[in-house]
Amino acid sequence: MRDLSHRRGWGFWLQLGFTLLVCALLTVPMAMSMLAGLTANYFVGLKSGLTLRWVEEVWRVYSGTILLSLQIAFACLACTLVLGVPAAYALARRPGRIARLVEELLTMPVAIPGLATALALIVTYGGVGDLRRSWLFILIGHVLFTLPFMVRAVLAVMGSIDLTTLEEGAASLGAGFLRRFATVVLPNCRSGILAGSLMVLTLSVGEFNLTWLLHTPLTKTLPVGLADSYASLRIEIGSAYTLVFFLMIVPSLILMQGLSRRGRPSV
Amino acid sequence: MSACVQDAPLPHRPAARPPAGPGWTGEPLRLAALLAPAAAVFAAFFLLPLVRLILIGAGGAEGWSTYLTTLADPGHLDSLISTLALSAGVTLVTLAVSTVAGLFLVRNRFPGHALLVALLTFPLAFPGVVIGFMVIMLAGRQGLIGTITQALGAGKLVFAYSMAGLFLGYVYFSIPRVILTVMAAAEKLDPRLEEAARSLGASSWRVVADVILPALKPALISAGALCFATSMGAFGTAFTLATRINVLPMTIYTEFTLQANIAAAAALSVLLGLITWAALAVARSVAGTSVAAAG
Repeated sequence: MRDLSHRRGWGFWLQLGFTLLVCALLTVPMAMSMLAGLTANYFVGLKSGLTLRWVEEVWRVYSGTILLSLQIAFACLACTLVLGVPAAYALARRPGRIARLVEELLTMPVAIPGLATALALIVTYGGVGDLRRSWLFILIGHVLFTLPFMVRAVLAVMGSIDLTTLEEGAASLGAGFLRRFATVVLPNCRSGILAGSLMVLTLSVGEFNLTWLLHTPLTKTLPVGLADSYASLRIEIGSAYTLVFFLMIVPSLILMQGLSRRGRPSV
Repeated sequence: MSACVQDAPLPHRPAARPPAGPGWTGEPLRLAALLAPAAAVFAAFFLLPLVRLILIGAGGAEGWSTYLTTLADPGHLDSLISTLALSAGVTLVTLAVSTVAGLFLVRNRFPGHALLVALLTFPLAFPGVVIGFMVIMLAGRQGLIGTITQALGAGKLVFAYSMAGLFLGYVYFSIPRVILTVMAAAEKLDPRLEEAARSLGASSWRVVADVILPALKPALISAGALCFATSMGAFGTAFTLATRINVLPMTIYTEFTLQANIAAAAALSVLLGLITWAALAVARSVAGTSVAAAG
């Protein structure tokens, strides 16, 4: 890291001030909303006292959405692991034009807006049995949207290790494919699998673009409930609900920051 | 954070070597079998529905020219143009803000540096609805900005529930991602170039304009395209702020739910998908790899 700050002129302080201002723009509303969720009356302000009343209210009204979101997120993780890790392995073993094309195709649900994907799913499968009313309909959307993140995270790690040599070593000792995959490939890719898994969980819990069109009154997820509460309830409840959401995703966000710091070459 | 995906360098792929030894027979078949489940799910639940959507867009009385008539509708055209303008504006502002902050953070070390970086990149995975709520906290009826302007005697400034609020929301959403991209690119710059420019007498501004910015150009184009695509297609923030904001995703939503005009909704979605996909293709061709999470 170059340190050019030996003489900290006005330029340094100006830029520091600007950066702090940007940081405030991002963090002040977060802090305000967390506080609002714990304030007895936001309009009156903090002097009305702190309370857990709104959080309890959120749990009473919206616990179903929170549990459904967790259920979908973990089901989505299971699906992306089962579909994505083998696919990433296949793509890593045979790099080339076809692998790039497949990767490009798999990324399309991220490249085109969730609204379009959701519409496409509804016009095609909306009338098939009970699927439209089932939480599985939302799961399908989430799997499409998160799969490329899993594949890319795993592929990035597989590309940075010499998979062929590792596998040849195991094969020369007589290990069959399943054994090699389970004892050589998977352990060597665990950082990619972990990063991908955290990403999938975080994205699924927060997914709204697809979910808003795919949900039904009986299959409301957390972000759907959030939109609901922002539109119709008092600001304290919306804030308390947002607080619950933050508490759910913060652990994985922090873990991901740690992972990406460790993964970055030290400068 | 999607950083770990996004900023991952294009995987270095060892040249495909024909494997030898026991246990390798039938490898191509095995690889195909490993790819098959993902491919099947993708084909059944994405490609097929997408083709269906494209056909429905052309399902009006005029066939394929339905796409043109849908677009020519003054309301739709309006919405397309304002969405394009909004996204372009958001992209320029985000790039400018993030480049200043990102370069500063890479070129200077001071106490609290790591915390500042962590805070700036924290909202990376927030969904659009939550971003919308953050905008309400800042610029809504009981928001911070309004309270401050009122205290200053300038009247209560409330702009959350309009295009300006959406603008703020998309800038909020895009800053963390673009800062990360700028920082990753700036860390790879060759310090010798800058030293050479300085030793030849270039001022700090000349160094930034002639050495650093040109070197960051690919990263800026890629991050900008990503930001543009996200702003075009995002739905949650607009939905939280006001259903009356005239952007394309809201228009599609209204056509579908309120007008039940499925053909128009399909045609506009296909059009929107083409725009965002093209923008991201630009990003990829310039910078290798990037995955966007639309909020």
